[in-house]
Amino acid sequence: MKITVCIGSSCHVKGSHQVVRALQQLISQNGLEDKVQLAGTFCLSNCQKGVCVTVDDVLHSVSPDNVDAFFAEQVLAKV
Amino acid sequence: MRKFDTKVQYLKYKVLREVARDAWNDTLLENVLNIPKIIVPGKTPTMRCCVFKERAILAERVKLAMGGDKHNGNVVEVIEIACDECPAAGYEVTDSCRGCLAHRCEDVCKRGAITFDHNHVAHIDKSKCVECGQCAKVCPYAAIAHRTRPCQNACKVKAISINPDGAAAIDNEKCISCGACVYQCPFGAIMDKSFIVDVIDILKGSDFGKNYKVYAVVAPSIASQFTYAKLGQVITGLKKIGFHAVVEAALGADMVAMWESKEIAEKGFVTSSCCPGFVRYIQSAFPALEKYISHNPSPMAAIGQYIKRTDPTAKIVFIGPCTAKKMEMQREEVRPYIDSVLTFEELQALFDSREFDIKNLEEDVLDNASYYGRLFARSGGVTDAAVQALKEQNIDFEIKPEVCDGIEACKVALLKKSKNVLAANFIEGMACEGGCIGGAGCLTHGPKDKTQVDKYGQEAFEKTISDALSVL
Repeated sequence: MKITVCIGSSCHVKGSHQVVRALQQLISQNGLEDKVQLAGTFCLSNCQKGVCVTVDDVLHSVSPDNVDAFFAEQVLAKV
Repeated sequence: MRKFDTKVQYLKYKVLREVARDAWNDTLLENVLNIPKIIVPGKTPTMRCCVFKERAILAERVKLAMGGDKHNGNVVEVIEIACDECPAAGYEVTDSCRGCLAHRCEDVCKRGAITFDHNHVAHIDKSKCVECGQCAKVCPYAAIAHRTRPCQNACKVKAISINPDGAAAIDNEKCISCGACVYQCPFGAIMDKSFIVDVIDILKGSDFGKNYKVYAVVAPSIASQFTYAKLGQVITGLKKIGFHAVVEAALGADMVAMWESKEIAEKGFVTSSCCPGFVRYIQSAFPALEKYISHNPSPMAAIGQYIKRTDPTAKIVFIGPCTAKKMEMQREEVRPYIDSVLTFEELQALFDSREFDIKNLEEDVLDNASYYGRLFARSGGVTDAAVQALKEQNIDFEIKPEVCDGIEACKVALLKKSKNVLAANFIEGMACEGGCIGGAGCLTHGPKDKTQVDKYGQEAFEKTISDALSVL
């Protein structure tokens, strides 16, 4: 599974930094390093929905507050 | 209000803007010969002896705005007919010589080059004079003037000579493409080639990201530019013009700081590699020291490489203060990552060719890089970042830097190194005085520029280099 987080400026100020940190932590807590690939990308053209995160090319809107729920629903449930 | 330092820059800008307008409209081919007349209409000359010469020179400027002479590998070119063939007589006694009794000039001249006529007025024997300038310094009337051409004066690597016709000529072997002569020539007779038409083609081909995405990589010195608007408005302007995203070159600088600091600790001696003028200078003037040039890419190439890895069809345009980046982009190891280069001057023309007044746009944000990455824009910044990067990587190594502000300082440090008498283990070389903020492609140059860059650095969300890089 491939997760990309937008690190473009707009998402950046909305907290992409914290989202990346949280995802890195969640991935290692759950021992998913081999199954989940986390990468950064610039602007996914949905700045108003930032922080933009794609899971296997499907776009999600994530914020530092709901990143745990997002991880449970979109990542843990699907790997 | 548009702001340029000189009227020469303004003229250059007008040419670029006209060329860009036609390039957007696909009318360049039919209009190219009319551009000089659009800029200089009527019959009254405003700059030269007659409108015809003005237009002939403008035609040459149009050529340079469209990429210049393809057979000349240098990105900096002389417009021979624009060169005013300034006198270059060296030291000369002027009318201010009062024929005094003291004759300090004579006493100080070690070559015996100074004689006096029957009115006791001094004369300099050119065959004896070695241009040391001592006589000019001691004359109480400042009666001895130094006549050199501004271009030769600006060119500290001594690449400019005078050709048999009296016009300036550039030795491409020695030239580092820093653009100092471009900025200093009062007649605008030396210009950097522009790739603005290529950039417009790239943007048109992308059609706002439908076919491929175009990324603008912006140098941190932008903080000192476009001061009539807000930085956020410049970012919006770039997106309106067709760039998909605007990325800070300073993020590339963060990467470079990490790699380069490690390299210094490993090798024990390294010179910086971010300034293409400095790198070229080592290669041409100190080939024996080439092995010491950091093997890391410049921030521009580093971020270009990263973007192309995340988006392989991306096209990348670097926008900065630098004419030498136009040369760097053609280097084999950089070419795959950077598709074109614009200066801030050219960006202004690009905005205005679309009639965007960026002052009236909403503000976007630009925030990827750390405080340290942004400081690369000014002299001393690379060193600060390298010291910080060592700390963040827990590498116990003390950097003893030789910070060289301008190519003359670089020359001194490199000379010392070649004689093995340099105490430093790191040479930070910047070809332009002040660092990138002194670059020839800046719209304005001023004492406030460094403060602006420092302020922009402090506004960075990320205070450390590792923070900025942790998201990649």
